[in-house]
Amino acid sequence: MHLKFPVKRLTRLIEAALFSADGPLKVSELARLDREATTEEIKASLTELKEHYEAPQHGVELLEVGEGYQLLTLSEFAAAIVHAQIVTRPRKLSTAAMETLAIIAYKQPVERSEVEEIRGVVSEGVLRSLQERGLIEPVGRGEGLGRPLQYGTTQAFLELLGLRDAKELPRLEELSVALSVPVESLQR
Amino acid sequence: MTDFNVEESSDSFVVELEDFSGPLDLLLHLIRQQEIDIADIPIAVIARQFLAAIGKMGLDQAADYLEMAALLLRIKVQMLLPRSIGSEEWEDPRAELVRRLLEYEQVKEVAYWMAGRAEYRSDRFSRGWIPPEPEPGPSPVSIDIQGVLQAIEEVIASIPEPIIHRVLARPLDIEGARKRIEEMIVTRSRFSFADVLGERPAIVDVLSALLALLEMARVGTVRLVQEKPFSAFEISGETAY
Repeated sequence: MHLKFPVKRLTRLIEAALFSADGPLKVSELARLDREATTEEIKASLTELKEHYEAPQHGVELLEVGEGYQLLTLSEFAAAIVHAQIVTRPRKLSTAAMETLAIIAYKQPVERSEVEEIRGVVSEGVLRSLQERGLIEPVGRGEGLGRPLQYGTTQAFLELLGLRDAKELPRLEELSVALSVPVESLQR
Repeated sequence: MTDFNVEESSDSFVVELEDFSGPLDLLLHLIRQQEIDIADIPIAVIARQFLAAIGKMGLDQAADYLEMAALLLRIKVQMLLPRSIGSEEWEDPRAELVRRLLEYEQVKEVAYWMAGRAEYRSDRFSRGWIPPEPEPGPSPVSIDIQGVLQAIEEVIASIPEPIIHRVLARPLDIEGARKRIEEMIVTRSRFSFADVLGERPAIVDVLSALLALLEMARVGTVRLVQEKPFSAFEISGETAY
C-alpha cells in the first residue's frame, strides 16, 4: 500500500527517527519527537509506515523488535549482502553453546557446576567462549567452596536473539516438555 | 543436529554420527527415537544401546559418557534387587535420571527456540552498526581540591626568584632633534630620515627624531613624502614650495 499523499509530517518524522536510530525505538521514545502527538497518532503513523514498507517495493521492513520498532533489511537479501561482504553475520553458536546459554538465561546467577550438572558435560570451554563473545558475564560469587563465579546473560545476549528483555524468553510452563512426570507413573 | 539412526538388530545396532552435545543428549535421543515411555525406561535395554553407541562413536573414552554408562549400569542393578511386593517405600532408582532427562529436554527445547530466534534476527540487518563511545578509563590520578592546592603551591615554590631589571628612563631630546632638522632644512632642499639620524644612532635618537619630524609635519614646517608603504621617506622643508 502506498502512503496516502500528502504524508503526515509525524509519519515522516517517525520514519526519519527510525532511520537514524541504531536500535529499536519504543513508542514512548518516539513520543518525544513531537510533544503534541498522542500515542494513538504515533501508533497510527507506525501502522502506516509498516504497511508502506510491506509493499514489495522496498528492501527494508519495519519490524517490532521486542517492545520497539526498527527498520531491518528483508531476510531474503541477507545471503547476497553477506556474500558481497557488506555485512558480516555473527558466527552461529553451537548446540552446546545454545544449551549453556539457555541454562544461564533461566537460572542466572548460576555457577559452572550447576550448568554441568544439567548438561551432564564439562562446560568450562563453552563458558569461556560465551564470555569471550560477550554473551555472558560473571555477576557474582557463590557461597560454596572456593566461592565459585556465578554467571548471568548480557545485553549482547538479548541483541543476539532480538529480544527487548529476558521476559520475552518462553516461560517454562509454556514448553511442551513438562519437568515432572506424574508421580504415580513412576511408582508402578 | 543432524539425524541419527539406531537400527536395532538382534543384539547390536548401527549408529551414525557423533554430533551429540553430551551423554544426556544421546540418552534422550535413544529414548525418544524408540518412543520409549520416559516414565518407564527399560533400563537394561537402554544401557546396552548406550554402551554400544558410545563404543561405535569412539566416545567410550570420554569421561562424561563413561560416567553416564556407569550410572545406567548401577540403576540396572538396583532394578534387579528384590523388593517386597506392595511396599510403598520403594523409590524408583530411575526417578533422578528421569528428572534430569526431562530437565535437559527442557533446556534443549529452549535452546532450539533461541537458535530459531537468533537465526531469524541474524537474517535481518539493522543500519550500520555504530560503535559505542569507548569508556574513558579510570583517571590515572585521583586527587581532591586539597591536593590540587598543594600541587599549585609546590609549583609556585619551584619557580626561581625573578630577576628584576632596573629600567632607567632616558629622556627623549625632541627639542634638540627639531633644531637639527631645522638647520638641515636651511641647507638642503630634500633629505632622508637616515640623513637626520646620522651614523650609529641610539634608539632614543631615532625616537626623538621621529617624534620631532611628526610634530613638525603636523604644524607644517616640513613635508614628508613616502612613495609606497615601508619605503624610505623624503623630508623637505615646507618652504620649498
